[in-house]
Amino acid sequence: MVLTTARRVLRSLVVIILVTMGSVALLSLAPGSAASVILGENATPDAVAKLNAELGMDQPLWHQYADWLGHAVRGDLGTSPVTNESVLHAVLTRLPVTLELAAMALALSLVVAVLLAIVSAAREGSWVDRGTTALSSVLLSVPAFIAGPLLIYFFSLKLGWLPVSGWARVSTDGLGANLRGALLPAVSIALTEIATFHRALRADLISTLREDYIAAARAKGMSPAYVMFRHALRPSSFSLITLAGINLGRLIGGTVVVEILFSLPGLGQLVVSSIVSRDLVSVQGIVVFVVVVYVLVNTLVDLSYHWLDPRVRKAATA
Amino acid sequence: MTSTQRAITKGPDTGTGEGDATEPSVPAVRRRRSILVGLAYTWLAVIILAAAFADILPLASYDRPIGLPRQTPSLDSLDLLLGTDQLGRSLLSRCVYGARVSLLVGAGAGLMGSVVGTALGMVAGYLRGRTDSVIRLIADAMLAFPPLILLLALAAVLTPSVSTILIGLTLLVVPTFIRLARANTLSWASREFITAARNMGASRRRILAREILPNLLPALGAYLPVVMAALIVAEGSLSFLGMGIPPPSPSWGGMISDGKDSIGDYPHLVFVPTAFIFLTVFALNQAGDHLRHRFDRGLHD
Repeated sequence: MVLTTARRVLRSLVVIILVTMGSVALLSLAPGSAASVILGENATPDAVAKLNAELGMDQPLWHQYADWLGHAVRGDLGTSPVTNESVLHAVLTRLPVTLELAAMALALSLVVAVLLAIVSAAREGSWVDRGTTALSSVLLSVPAFIAGPLLIYFFSLKLGWLPVSGWARVSTDGLGANLRGALLPAVSIALTEIATFHRALRADLISTLREDYIAAARAKGMSPAYVMFRHALRPSSFSLITLAGINLGRLIGGTVVVEILFSLPGLGQLVVSSIVSRDLVSVQGIVVFVVVVYVLVNTLVDLSYHWLDPRVRKAATA
Repeated sequence: MTSTQRAITKGPDTGTGEGDATEPSVPAVRRRRSILVGLAYTWLAVIILAAAFADILPLASYDRPIGLPRQTPSLDSLDLLLGTDQLGRSLLSRCVYGARVSLLVGAGAGLMGSVVGTALGMVAGYLRGRTDSVIRLIADAMLAFPPLILLLALAAVLTPSVSTILIGLTLLVVPTFIRLARANTLSWASREFITAARNMGASRRRILAREILPNLLPALGAYLPVVMAALIVAEGSLSFLGMGIPPPSPSWGGMISDGKDSIGDYPHLVFVPTAFIFLTVFALNQAGDHLRHRFDRGLHD
């Protein structure tokens, strides 16, 4: 148990090191060094070389990486040469918007998918099941950049229920306005996730419902709803947790798209504006931040299995 | 099961003269054909043919205006069938040429990535040991990047063009196929015929290429349509953000992005490319499900 946990954590650490190495190497791949971006196109080669030396860009790659890592572990992801703002500070000020969007989308998709999967699995093969399965294969093919404009058209412009764009802060505009603004973007990224969660949980529920202990519970005269919720749902929902961890990657991509579409001041908007202004230091910092968070979340998900599912715990210790 | 039962109950003496009456006849297993799957394959055939023969089709040029901007769809002429965009260019022509880019990028990156990924995954799964853990580590590191974030990071350092997007999308496919191929190789490598081949003195390369690879192809090939659908979505997202195929080449994601600001007054500017992406991605997903049910053993066992 302790051994598997340690092994899993170690593996994630190695992955994080590889990934940060890749990100640092990527920066040096760029045509035109960071210095020539800072100084503009008319800079003299001497000035560029001098600033490159100041930034450490003339050092060999491993030296640059060691230098970068030394700062990064102390929470210093560099300073943007374009805005002169600390990258970590820029990331942290925009993080709440992205987190709220991702959390809202994840919660929405899980609730809807669990309800749909229960309805499907309870009557496998019925028209209700076939209808929801068809609905979920349609949703699977609706990425955020398709869902977003359609939702804006119908719910904001035709019906006028929700704002077209913009972000309302909880502190100044109140929670209601904030949630109203976040709803459409969150739904846009939730649709695909509903489909993947529904598929996985439906399949798991159907195989669980064929187990002997379900037949035993039914034979004892328990109501179908009780059997479904108390006996079948919990053992079927573990793969949902793994899937949620993996899908977080697509969810992050989705937040970039909706933050641009709905002009929301989140991490995605920051990364896109940094790319447009060729601010590679910021791009690198944001990418590393996002990737490390993503790896850590998935490590925690894997580890949580041991705590949540007694069967895995037993298999690991035996 | 049912077909054998039927064959037994039919027996030799129920045969009533058709062909050889003494032979028990086994009726063909009836497969339920879904209309949806048929429609999906039809759409894919239409869009692939249209993209391939776009130059021969009687379509206006995709980068020259053919009339007033923002015309709504009409039946007046083929070029106006889906209306015109904000510069007066034919939306039908732009969607067809956009299909060419999307399909080319999706299929190209899907094929390159699956070839590289399968090769690495097979080596990892067959050799095991240290090679295996190194290759798995590389795959884990590549999977650690959320797809769109990896593409954006590449877009930051490389000037966007079809070839740089192909590279980025290929990088997305490789780790997935490493995992798929590795898992499949592991299960095939323990079979008797592999041991037999090894005992007969077959080289590693021969075993991998002639014994294992043919068995992997159906299962892995069945994943290609779904992977292509995901790649088309990724390319669309990138173009939507303005980091994809550079103009004037049309791309579906770029067309949605161009039209989204005037969606209130001219919704067709967004709805037309949206319909193309949706139908293509949906058709690829349906085809993928259909092929996986037929060829992926893991789903049945």
